[in-house]
Amino acid sequence: MKAAVIVFPGSNCDRDLAVAFEQAGADVSMVWHKDTELPQGVDIVGVPGGFSFGDYLRCGAIAANSPICQSLIAHAERGGYALGVCNGFQILTETGLLPGALRRNAGLKYICRTVGLKVETSSTAFTTGYNAGDVINVPIAHHDGNYFVTDEKLAQLKDEDRIAFTYTDNPNGSVADIAGVVSKNRRVLGMMPHPERAADDGHGGTDGVAMFRALMDQFATA
Amino acid sequence: MKARVYVMLKNGVLDPQGEAVRHALGSLGFEGVDGVRQGKVIELDLADGTTEATVTEMCEKLLANTVIESYRVEMG
Repeated sequence: MKAAVIVFPGSNCDRDLAVAFEQAGADVSMVWHKDTELPQGVDIVGVPGGFSFGDYLRCGAIAANSPICQSLIAHAERGGYALGVCNGFQILTETGLLPGALRRNAGLKYICRTVGLKVETSSTAFTTGYNAGDVINVPIAHHDGNYFVTDEKLAQLKDEDRIAFTYTDNPNGSVADIAGVVSKNRRVLGMMPHPERAADDGHGGTDGVAMFRALMDQFATA
Repeated sequence: MKARVYVMLKNGVLDPQGEAVRHALGSLGFEGVDGVRQGKVIELDLADGTTEATVTEMCEKLLANTVIESYRVEMG
C-alpha cells in the first residue's frame, strides 16, 4: 500500500499518522501543502490532525484551499481512499468531500482524553477489522469537534450506513453522537478521534491498529 | 473601497459561544436576554471597482462555511 500524508503549516499529527501507516506495512511519503501533485500510484491520502494555518478563519478552511487539496479532491473523485483525522476531518468537510461541518465543542472547552467509540458499520475498508457494535477506546484532542449535519442529511447518512463511529458518551455535542463518517463511495473517512494515537503499546492502547491493518489487507487483496 | 462581511451561524444551528454569553449576561443581572448569537465581521480593503458579486464569491469559496453559516455583504 502506498500512503501519502499531507503536511500543512500547523499539522502536528502528521508523523504519528505516517508511523501508524508504516507499522501496518505501508510505503509512506510526506507531501507538503504547496505541492500540486500527489506522488504517483498513491492508494490512500492521510490528512492529519493539528491546527493547519493556526485554525484562522475556521478550522480547516484555509487548508482546504491549499494547492495540494485540489489534487486530493481529484484523487477522491477518481475513487481513491483518504483518511482525515481531527483537523483532517475538518479539512475534508471544508473541501466538500464529506458532508457536514465541525462547530465549537458544546462545552466550549478543549477536550483531551480517551473516549469510547462504537463501531457503527464494519462495511468500509477502514472498519472491516472491527465488528459493528464493538466499543473501542481512542483518544480525542479537539476544541471544534461538534459535528453538525442537517436533519435531511443525517437521515441520508443513516440510510446509506455512512456513520462509521459514534461516541458512547458524547463529549462535544455532536449531532446523533457522530464521531466519524464516510463518503458515499465509502472510500473517504473523516473522524475526530485519533486512531494513530492508539496504535502502539506505548500509547496506552492499541485499538486503532485494526484500522490500519484493515486498510493494508484491502490493498493486499486488491 | 471597503467591504464588510458579516458571518453568522445559521438560525437553527446551536451557537455554543452565543449561549455562553447569554448565560453570562444573565449572571450579571441583565434580564430579558432571550438569545445571543455570536458571529464575526471581516473587513476587506478592495481595489476600486471590485463588485459585490466578487465579494459574494469570496464568501462562498472561503469566508463562510455555507453548511452552517450565513453571510451578509455591505459594500462601501
